[in-house]
Amino acid sequence: MSSRPLEALQEEEEREAALHAENVRLAFWIWLASEAVFFASLIGVYVALEGRSVSGPTPVDVFDLPMTTVATLDLLLSSLTMVLAVVSMWRRRPGAVKLWLAVTALLGLVFLGFQATEYSSFMRDGLLFNTNVFSASFYTLTGFHGAHVAFGVAWLVGLLISALRGHLRPEEEHKLEVAGLYWHFVDVVWIVIFTVVYVLGTAA
Amino acid sequence: MATAERALHLPELRTAEERGFLSWLMTVDHKRIGILYLVTSAVFFAAGGVEALLMRTQLIRPDNTFLGPKTFDEILTMHGTTMIFLAVIPLAAAFFNYFMPIMIGARDVAFPRLNALSYWLYLAGALILYSSWFLGGAPDAGWFNYVPLSDAFSGPGENFYILGLLLTGFSSIVSSVNFVTTILNMRAPGMSLMRMPVFVWGTFLWSALLLFSAPPFSVALILLLLDRIAGTGFFVPAMGGNALMWQHLFWIMGHPEVYILAVPAWGVISEVLPTFARKPLFGYRGAVIALFAISSLSFTVWSHHMFATGMGPVVNDAFMVTTKLISLPTGALVFTWLATLWGGRIRYTTAMLFAVGFLPLFIFGGLTGLMLATAPADLQLTDTYFVIGHFHYIAIGGILFSMLAAAYYWLPKMTGRMLDERLGKWSFWITFVGFNLTFFPMHLSGLYGMPRRIYTYSPLLGVDVYNLLSTVGAYVLGVGLLITLVNVARSLAVGKVAGADPWDARTLEWTTPSPVPAYNFRVIPLVRGRDALWYEKQAPDGDGRMRGAEEAAGAIHMPGLTYLPALLALGLLVAAYGVNFKLVWLAALGALITFYSIFRQMFEADRGYLLEPRGESE
Ligand code: HEM
Ligand SMILES: [Cu+2]
Repeated sequence: MSSRPLEALQEEEEREAALHAENVRLAFWIWLASEAVFFASLIGVYVALEGRSVSGPTPVDVFDLPMTTVATLDLLLSSLTMVLAVVSMWRRRPGAVKLWLAVTALLGLVFLGFQATEYSSFMRDGLLFNTNVFSASFYTLTGFHGAHVAFGVAWLVGLLISALRGHLRPEEEHKLEVAGLYWHFVDVVWIVIFTVVYVLGTAA
Repeated sequence: MATAERALHLPELRTAEERGFLSWLMTVDHKRIGILYLVTSAVFFAAGGVEALLMRTQLIRPDNTFLGPKTFDEILTMHGTTMIFLAVIPLAAAFFNYFMPIMIGARDVAFPRLNALSYWLYLAGALILYSSWFLGGAPDAGWFNYVPLSDAFSGPGENFYILGLLLTGFSSIVSSVNFVTTILNMRAPGMSLMRMPVFVWGTFLWSALLLFSAPPFSVALILLLLDRIAGTGFFVPAMGGNALMWQHLFWIMGHPEVYILAVPAWGVISEVLPTFARKPLFGYRGAVIALFAISSLSFTVWSHHMFATGMGPVVNDAFMVTTKLISLPTGALVFTWLATLWGGRIRYTTAMLFAVGFLPLFIFGGLTGLMLATAPADLQLTDTYFVIGHFHYIAIGGILFSMLAAAYYWLPKMTGRMLDERLGKWSFWITFVGFNLTFFPMHLSGLYGMPRRIYTYSPLLGVDVYNLLSTVGAYVLGVGLLITLVNVARSLAVGKVAGADPWDARTLEWTTPSPVPAYNFRVIPLVRGRDALWYEKQAPDGDGRMRGAEEAAGAIHMPGLTYLPALLALGLLVAAYGVNFKLVWLAALGALITFYSIFRQMFEADRGYLLEPRGESE
């Protein structure tokens, strides 16, 4: 082993790192496919139980479409800033990466703030978790989504701290890309929820 | 500066192999994880077997009082749940973990740590399920856990079912992501997709099925948990919920589940038959296509388990058609195996006996399956012992026999020692006779109207003799399986040394020493054809040995040991108990441990270590 030339070892390390990055990207897509089925099932349950509640309040009683629209725009915007973070990384602008990461995490927090406001106003309207099947499926679906956002925020903050300590090296680009992919996924899921639950729910 | 920074990232130099008890807790070697899976699933298989014998003992004669109705229900539920989720799926995972990377010529899986995580999650789930016996009673609503039997008013046991299976489901998703990535990205030079052993295709499809069927089931489990601990009414009609929704969500997982169990078995058969018939698998391409067809169709048939729930003739007919459609590719697969045997120079080793014994049993189980798939007939047969007979022909004849073939075929590679052929043959014949004696009469007792999931029956039903036969058969079957266990123990102690290629086999795992060293291949092989090793044995331009594609430049870089996967699983275990007993602090503690290990893992670089290859020849 001591006979082994340092360069050969470094070369091997680099090759392994590149393969690892490829693996992470692929694995993440596969995992997201599975997550998509998870959310599809939750949305299916929501739709299947829609209109079956034996007592109120019901969606039309509680939804505040303008507020949720703003929250949706906020989340859409965060996808944009996430793209900017990744692009800045590709362009080797570490300062911009940190900035956009921070902004994205902040927008995520704002979305969670909207969700908290919404939940508390619903509860004031007498819609607790186990009030009826609408509330149960609504809180379960949006709660799981919110938990995904919260996890994403923690992840972005972790990446930010890593970047501030100078640990995000070029060979770790995939870490940020994958976080971005996750963020977009959570965003897309929200668009579906927004459409199916809020828009169609109040239109009906 | 650059070199200094590089030097920082150089792995520490270590040449020792993993040793000692703690190293099993921290291992990330796919082979050791495979062994952990094998031992654990064997233990749970034994538990499920004892539960089966208890049930059969209760049913030996009418109006028996050996087990009361409550205990019988618990044992019945634990038997089915154990066999499916804790014994057969992990048994397949054991062989996948150990052999799939070697069969594609890789040094490791894509994510060694995730691999370890999937094992620990499985163990945590299993421990939760089995701790129910000591913490208030086991689940008793059947392995399918139908509401309302399992809903708010039933005993505490259901919570253990829910939490345990959530963890094992998570475990399956983790392994599946890992396996698919490994298969797509880590193949040795020359190992194109259409040169992969069928067993590797089996791994791939097993993973794909789990990736898409575990999430709906997890959703069902979560909703049921909420019904039980938070008072929601997802499945409670009085609250506007929908009880049938459980059955849909369950069987969307439950039917593909059958193929999750079967696909690995078919992979094994497709490896064992060609080796001992000394012929390539007939119609390799067709077999792969058939496996794909079966796997995709399996998502379209779930409602054939619900013919009797009153969905109406149109729905029933639709699901009847999709179900029968599956028999076409399945038939093609069986034809592939028969044609492989045709004209082969067959060696009847024990592994081969189990593989050949599989064929008639699987075909018979398939035929009774077609009977059940006929909706009008199913109204008569459903929930009788006919169903129990049918699916045990698939589950034992089809799946367990293949897994025993796998054990006799591959254990020498894993332990370095041969199993005893004479004991093996005894085991085969006793198992075979015992199995048929147990399950064939069940078709008859079922036709005479004996319902399943019933703790006793009346002598007036006229099924006493069939039940007596079944119970005697179950004990014979147990003896047959026990002989294999003795055989394994004996082989570990005094078995003949196996050598690299004891069967004159065809695939890459037989080019490595037995047992396989930590780094699998000193030289990554160059694959020149399907059945890579057999190709070299035949090639006129070769010397019968594998060619190398790339040699390690000296010591081989291996991933480092870590306790993080086990810690993460522990965190979820603690959190699950917190949820179960409604102890917020315990759940919070579990969540804390979980998140600590996740984020620690995400932001910690693993430097690994270097392993000096041992001197043996390839
Ligand atoms: C080792 C020999 C085995 C014996 C003697 C045996 C026997 C039995 C018996 C007597 C029942 C109860 C039938 C009833 O009352 O409804 C049963 C149910 C069941 N068995 Fe087995 N079994 C064996 C192996 C397996 C295996 C390998 C599997 C694997 C997949 C399996 C899966 C099941 C399932 C899913 C049920 C239904 C449980 C339920 O209805 O909740 N069994 N078995
Ligand atoms: Cu089915």
